[in-house]
Amino acid sequence: MTSSDSIHIERLCYSIGGRKILQDFDFHLERGVNRTILGVSGAGKTTILKLLLGLLEPDSGKVFIGNLCITGLPESQFMQQRKRIAIVFQGGALFDSMTVGENVGYRLFEEGRLSQTEIATIVLEKLGFVGVEAALNLYPAELSGGMKKRVAIARALAADPDYIFFDEPTTGLDPIGVHNICNLIQRLQAEGKTTLMVTHDLATAFSTSQQFTFLHKARILFEGSEEEMKASSIPEVCEFLEPTDRSLFYDVHTTYDKQPEQVESI
Amino acid sequence: MTVAAVDKILLIFFHWLQGYFTLAGRAFARIFRRPFYYRECAIQFDKLGFSSLFICTLTGLFSGMVMALQSLIQLKPFAATSYVGGMVAVTMIKELGPVLAALMVAGRVGSAITAELGTMVVTEQVDAMRVEGTDIIKRLVVPRLIAMVMALPLLTIVTDLVSVFGGYVMASGYNINPVMYISGLPQFMLFQDLIEGVVKPSVFGVIIAITACYVGLNTKGGAAGVGAAAKQAVVLSSVLILVCDFFMAKIFLVFRG
Repeated sequence: MTSSDSIHIERLCYSIGGRKILQDFDFHLERGVNRTILGVSGAGKTTILKLLLGLLEPDSGKVFIGNLCITGLPESQFMQQRKRIAIVFQGGALFDSMTVGENVGYRLFEEGRLSQTEIATIVLEKLGFVGVEAALNLYPAELSGGMKKRVAIARALAADPDYIFFDEPTTGLDPIGVHNICNLIQRLQAEGKTTLMVTHDLATAFSTSQQFTFLHKARILFEGSEEEMKASSIPEVCEFLEPTDRSLFYDVHTTYDKQPEQVESI
Repeated sequence: MTVAAVDKILLIFFHWLQGYFTLAGRAFARIFRRPFYYRECAIQFDKLGFSSLFICTLTGLFSGMVMALQSLIQLKPFAATSYVGGMVAVTMIKELGPVLAALMVAGRVGSAITAELGTMVVTEQVDAMRVEGTDIIKRLVVPRLIAMVMALPLLTIVTDLVSVFGGYVMASGYNINPVMYISGLPQFMLFQDLIEGVVKPSVFGVIIAITACYVGLNTKGGAAGVGAAAKQAVVLSSVLILVCDFFMAKIFLVFRG
């Protein structure tokens, strides 16, 4: 079911040091459907984003951007397809040695298609969109956590991508910062950007997405809307939505066991 | 040690070796390919090369002085102290100058490159660059490689000159005048020695840059990983410099006939 306007994964397996992160994993991101991947820490949520971008090479399976299978291809051959996607990393991943303005205009400078004046205009416009235009000449080390995330969003927007991935966009922010970031994501969606978010913050997820995927023990355990998720009878999903005392041990087993199947017998 | 353990170690070693030479090959292939990061090259030349001038000067001065001091003690009973200039020059230009300068730069610059790239890796800046469409080798490795290949021979020349001067400072205490000191040089030196003295640091520059970049780009873990990677890069480049120096000396001897 390949389509030129979707990103998807087929029967993908990925492991690190013998620990299965994803197993026979199928995932589909359709243009216009904003999705959030939920799961406990270490469930492999960020790994999915990196696999979709071709930053990690799977053990087996295929990743498609549009109709192109990027698995096994050198980066130079799928650079054009990947330019349709931007990502906001968990810590912002702003380039330390560059100012905020240089960070936001990085891709445009690299492409070399636009003049300095045109790039400066775009940079100011994007910084204005996220509300940090005053930080234009500051370095990342001079910014707060929330400002870094906003600048990272501005950088993601600079090249006008179709899809924007968010890796834990609200982690470590105060309630006002969380509200501002959620608001920004909703404005992006209103402008026609498709977002894929990984988070374990339910409030952020429910306020910014229509579809949800729940990861557990290297597999997808649930896919559906907010209502379907809340009505789900799957114990792990219920546990995630409303943690109980049993959850104290849940995270440790799920994250660190080499053979997830063994958890059942503990 | 079991066969499986040996097998695992060999596998890791050859995997490492493959990665190292792949990176080196890709970096060299990209030197003449667009886009050219001139500004980045200049910044790296200044950061890695010019800023190492002081440490190389100091190394050259004291190496030359101690070399002259030891030589003078040995030569004095034979009334051959006038040869000290030649002895200091040939030893420093052919061997000690390139090796000492390279070891100093490996410690100072190699660790800095690895720490910088390692930090970029663990904070996902390298991933961010890749997503932005940047060729990491072209953007991060090639400028450092060019800077090192250009800077290290120049630093070595400075080290050599300062060491010869340092040798004279010691020799002057033994009533050797500048003319006598300088006139001893051609008796010991060939033109090929000068070539050797420039080719060696160029190769060492490649070793330092590629080793530091390779280790840096393969950093894992957080701050501890960066620290371990920096240490590994310095140790590895220092060992490679010494091993490579031996083989290059052998090769130059073959050409000497």
